Amino acid sequence: MDSNTIRVKVIDREGVQHDLEAPTDMSMNLMEVCKSYDLPVAGTCGGMALCASCQVYVHSDHEIQEKSEDEEFMLDEAFNVKENSRLGCQIHMHNNLNNLEVELAPEE
Amino acid sequence: MIETDILIIGAGPVGLFTVFEAGLIKLKCHLIDYLPIPGGQCAEIYPKKPIYDIPGFPEILAGDLVDNLMKQIEPFKPGFTLGERAETIEKTEDGKFIVTTDRGTKHIAPNIAIAGGLGCFEPRRPALENLSKFEDYGVEYIIKEPELYRDKDIVIAGGGDSALDWSIFLTDVAKSVTLVHRREKFRGALDSVEKVQKLVEEGKMNLITNAEITEISGEAKVESVTVSQKDRKVQVLNTDHFIPLFGLLPKLGPIADWGLDIEKGAIKVDTVDYSTNEPGIYAIGDVNTYQGKLKLILCGFHEGTIAVQSMYKRINPDKNLVLKYTTVNGVNGF
Repeated sequence: MDSNTIRVKVIDREGVQHDLEAPTDMSMNLMEVCKSYDLPVAGTCGGMALCASCQVYVHSDHEIQEKSEDEEFMLDEAFNVKENSRLGCQIHMHNNLNNLEVELAPEE
Repeated sequence: MIETDILIIGAGPVGLFTVFEAGLIKLKCHLIDYLPIPGGQCAEIYPKKPIYDIPGFPEILAGDLVDNLMKQIEPFKPGFTLGERAETIEKTEDGKFIVTTDRGTKHIAPNIAIAGGLGCFEPRRPALENLSKFEDYGVEYIIKEPELYRDKDIVIAGGGDSALDWSIFLTDVAKSVTLVHRREKFRGALDSVEKVQKLVEEGKMNLITNAEITEISGEAKVESVTVSQKDRKVQVLNTDHFIPLFGLLPKLGPIADWGLDIEKGAIKVDTVDYSTNEPGIYAIGDVNTYQGKLKLILCGFHEGTIAVQSMYKRINPDKNLVLKYTTVNGVNGF
């Protein structure tokens, strides 16, 4: 694994764990990484924080970029929201997120 | 019965541009869309977002792109059935298709172009246990007839523009309006937020923030809702209606049952002409899938352009079609 790749653990809605490798030099976000592995993440709005189809629960204690106002608002209106909810499209792949662990929130 | 050469299902950017390319080869189009305005996602979800990958436009707002497309197709006088959902399709003996909407409007055409994007936008339903039991019995997701709420107690949930705007509007109609929102802040326009605050101060509206509806109760219809507020006791509000306004969610909808080959929620097409497994039905834009598919507006423009050539040959099997350039011929409308 080169220095521009991190590992991300994603637990799908059936409880199955997927170990993904995510590039950090491609301006990718977690929603896109999941889609590139064909995980069932719709990413309906394309990553504009305008839908909640990429909602995840963050299980590891990584320091993730703070929520933008758009993300806050979207999570307000989304369902199945927990304290550790984030929108996958707003989690940008950086080297400091190596070994990030997330779980896909239920589909609406 | 509305009759046309190409019936386009979905009035997003791809459906709209297809009218132009069809018009150049003298084919008339009619569009059906569930949304009350043309433009699809561009108009409904992100009209104010800039798009940077439309050829020739370094930057254009999604809403402006729709306006430009509407202007571009004007010479070809497309028809529109808006605010109605294409529900069923049937084949006639002479190989045409009749598409009927949820409101019963019938359309007939020899060619169908499904440009449905992500599908129909349906209201997002909160995850409440007995919600479906009360649908149309006090629970409504779309306000169609405000008079229904005359002198009634109503509870609206949500923090976006539609929740704010309807709460404001219905204070003049309903006996009481309670707006329940998960947070202190609202996503809706500042002007509407200020209006809500003013109405609350005047005692004309009841606002409960940091709260959500957790239960609906009633016998045959909604009688009360339970409001759970952060750090406070739950309260039960008597109400005649509960209106959750949490925005819209796209679903492929009835098209999924039209007998077309579907893979992962998208319609499989042959990239020779973007035709589906049913001759005469084509799928273009975000709604289709094929090897190497990219969900980009510009790819959808290409797909629509290729598809209309194939449709022309279906209608006119004996005529040879020569590609015409707008630089040579200009745009000759109907």
